[in-house]
Amino acid sequence: MKDLALRALDAVTRRGVTYADARAIEIREQEITTKNGKAGHVSSSESIGIGIRVLAFGCWGFAATDDLSSRGVEAAANLALEIARAGTAARKREVSLAPEEKFEAAWVSPFSIDPFSVPVDQKLGILLAVDEELRHTPGINLAETSMHFERRHQVFASTLGSLIDQTRYLSGAGFTALCYREGEIQKRSYPNSFGGQYQLKGYELVDELRLLDHAPRVAEEAVALHSADQCPEGIFDLIVDSSQLGLQIHESIGHPIELDRVLGTEANYAGMSFLTLDNLNRLRYGSEIVNVVCDARLEHGPGLGTFAFDDEGVPAQGNDIIRNGQFVGYMTSRETAAEVGQARSNGCMRADGWGRLPLIRMTNVSLKPGEQSLEEVMDSPHAIYMETNKSWSIDDKRYNFQFGCEIGWEMRNGKRIRMLKNPSYSGISTEFWNACAAIAGPEHWTLWGVPNCGKGQPEQVMGTGHGASPSRFRSIKIGGAYGG
Amino acid sequence: MVAKLDEIWEQVVRAARALGVDDVEAIISGSNEALTRFANNAIHQNVAELTTNLSVRAVIDGRTARASTNCLDRTGVRDVVEQAIAITRLTEPDPDLLPLAEHDSPDPEDYPDRDFDDTAYATPDERAHAVADAIREVESAGQTAAGIYSTGQAGFVIYNSTGLAAMYQETVARFSITAMAADSSGWAKASACNHRDLDPVGLARRAAAKAAASRLPRELDPGRYTVILEPAAVLDLVGQMFMDFSGTAIRDGTSFLNDRIGQKLFGENITIHDDAWHDGQSGAPFDGEGVPRKKLTLVDAGVVREVAYSRQAAALAGVEPTGHGFPLPNEIGEAPMNIVIAGGGSTVEEMVASTDRGILVTRLWYIREVDPYEKIFTGMTRDGTFLVEDGKVTAGLRNFRFNQGLMEMLSNVEALSATERASGEESFDLVAPAMKVRDFNFTEVTRF
Repeated sequence: MKDLALRALDAVTRRGVTYADARAIEIREQEITTKNGKAGHVSSSESIGIGIRVLAFGCWGFAATDDLSSRGVEAAANLALEIARAGTAARKREVSLAPEEKFEAAWVSPFSIDPFSVPVDQKLGILLAVDEELRHTPGINLAETSMHFERRHQVFASTLGSLIDQTRYLSGAGFTALCYREGEIQKRSYPNSFGGQYQLKGYELVDELRLLDHAPRVAEEAVALHSADQCPEGIFDLIVDSSQLGLQIHESIGHPIELDRVLGTEANYAGMSFLTLDNLNRLRYGSEIVNVVCDARLEHGPGLGTFAFDDEGVPAQGNDIIRNGQFVGYMTSRETAAEVGQARSNGCMRADGWGRLPLIRMTNVSLKPGEQSLEEVMDSPHAIYMETNKSWSIDDKRYNFQFGCEIGWEMRNGKRIRMLKNPSYSGISTEFWNACAAIAGPEHWTLWGVPNCGKGQPEQVMGTGHGASPSRFRSIKIGGAYGG
Repeated sequence: MVAKLDEIWEQVVRAARALGVDDVEAIISGSNEALTRFANNAIHQNVAELTTNLSVRAVIDGRTARASTNCLDRTGVRDVVEQAIAITRLTEPDPDLLPLAEHDSPDPEDYPDRDFDDTAYATPDERAHAVADAIREVESAGQTAAGIYSTGQAGFVIYNSTGLAAMYQETVARFSITAMAADSSGWAKASACNHRDLDPVGLARRAAAKAAASRLPRELDPGRYTVILEPAAVLDLVGQMFMDFSGTAIRDGTSFLNDRIGQKLFGENITIHDDAWHDGQSGAPFDGEGVPRKKLTLVDAGVVREVAYSRQAAALAGVEPTGHGFPLPNEIGEAPMNIVIAGGGSTVEEMVASTDRGILVTRLWYIREVDPYEKIFTGMTRDGTFLVEDGKVTAGLRNFRFNQGLMEMLSNVEALSATERASGEESFDLVAPAMKVRDFNFTEVTRF
């Protein structure tokens, strides 16, 4: 891998570039699912290739190939240069980069159990046991379980002289119980929807999640939702669990703080951001108790956005994004940092594989824990409590959002009064965060993994991390999804 | 090329037999894709990617599993076969698993012509100059352009040990552009198998005109309005429902068609086919097991008539497979992917002219399912939303959030345009008309 990266780098530097980097990446993945008592998708995949990025003629060029022969690498190097040269047909200015140091490093993300050392039949046995437990509950039509494991070995080499060898292990697991009855579909998931929980861990994550223990409750809730009342429409205090709040952070803080969106380079697809440059250090993004960080360092936790160096060779960093409610920082790259006069990139450039160009991506964008107990968070005279995301949507500048959750409860003075089906809430990002009234403490804080964040053209799918604890928000619009 | 593919397949068979396994399937795929991306009136990301992949599935005593690699040398082939067999032996038997598909290998000479050398080998310079021309068009209107121009070729072949060999290759090109003015934007996109069929400057002109026409946007209260959805907006929203036209989804209870087949769910002016051979379509005329695709009448005058069945779903339902299965093993079974929504005799201009008060929508964004059985979706309008009054477009509007049930929407269609190949961002390309729809449910307004 090291030889491959250096060979690719040499192939472009010989041809003359302002800057270049090469990423040789080998990815191994395994996917195991069950459905209604049968093995579903059992598969493994391996992929190795090289991505070569060049800055020449004032423009970027990028070519990737899995033809790793000398001829293949030389052809990719040629193509990267040809693409950069073609870019001069529509160039407004020469690209410049914020300075960065040279690093030589090797890093492996910590894990206790190599997920690829655990036999497939053992993993399948656990999932089939959960699947069976879910179907013990009368009314469950569909039980689905899954595990996902990934090992990504990457060698980054750049013309700065950096040579960085990183290996990241990622694990994920979860399950869903679905009940179709009398013209209605209800479902519950654990520990989160859309595949469960994902972290930068080994197989130990599966043990920690105690999937089987939670199966009976989750299945019973899916069936009970059919008898629950429809979530009312109106203005209520809202309490959200940490997994839903993780996605709320992702959509209404994580994406708006991407400086490439702010500067317009994602305008045609993902969109732009309401956080224009004049808002930095001026906008009151949230209430006084809202503190949000963007932190890729291991000390933040085993998130999907945890690494040692980003895909431009910039070391992992922790930065304040919202400090006591005040908006104080963006996520940046070397190019965007230079564009706004920031001395150094804060290390957020990531690509989803060897075939794609690094983009500014969320690392771990997390709401810091508050000081309230869970009882204090729940203690509203009248509130709606919601758990586990079901649907999510936000406009292309990240103002207006709407989230649906799998389950809700009407709460009075901290007590659950009745279960509610089809709960949803909506609002404007800054108004929502300014309505934050209580955040539970660190003992309730979880670092959630979002494995499927899409961005870029061609689209890239990236894993991001979001730490959150259950929180309460004042006077939020509830139930609009079924309104009108 | 074919000889090389046959050679890899022979290596797969030999490696499997050496491990005592006779029943194997291999999918060998390759692609050569390039994309020139621009923003702020300049090219800023400009990429190319060459990929290959070998995916092997073994079938052993009612068990099946798949392993994939992009290492196609002899060692890589042998390793991936060994891996597929090893994990197959560790998985559980599936009593419903069928033997490998036995079909005559389709003759590529019978396929629609969708593979163009010019598009496969379009150069960075060709794309860059087309992009530069499009940018000039937007710049000359005092606006800022962002978008993409992509060209590429992708192909695959499915072999299995019954003797099946099904091969398909096509090219595709896409151009999309967003034109931005101070407080408004416009968008246009097109795709084609031959990049010569695209008109980047024309699309740029269209996007710029929309941005100009929607400046100084007004804010309208949310509520129920007559809307005119351009084909991309129809694609974005209606395209969300077709995964439910699946025998597996119905069997699982996840489809909104459960207990509704044969009922009149939509208006009589709604007829929808799945037709892989349609001129405006792309994609292989066979499925992930090599089964030839049949033309389906999904909806006939508002009544759901047919759904897709993979071989396994068909066997469980006691019907014939339709050739819409995804590669095994998978949980979702099958879906129609070559949607053709029948059009009508109207035009967007006539729809506008016949509307006293309504909203013209260019595209929709971030669409997610709110209710899986009532098929309610939420999402936003984007990049060109206009007020129509007294038969004319009178102003740009701030964008809306909608929460709209598809059964209700497709029962409220008052007019349809001629159908065209539509390309959006929220669903796969399909052939669709523009639609005029009454009582479309906008529930909120955003800030721009």
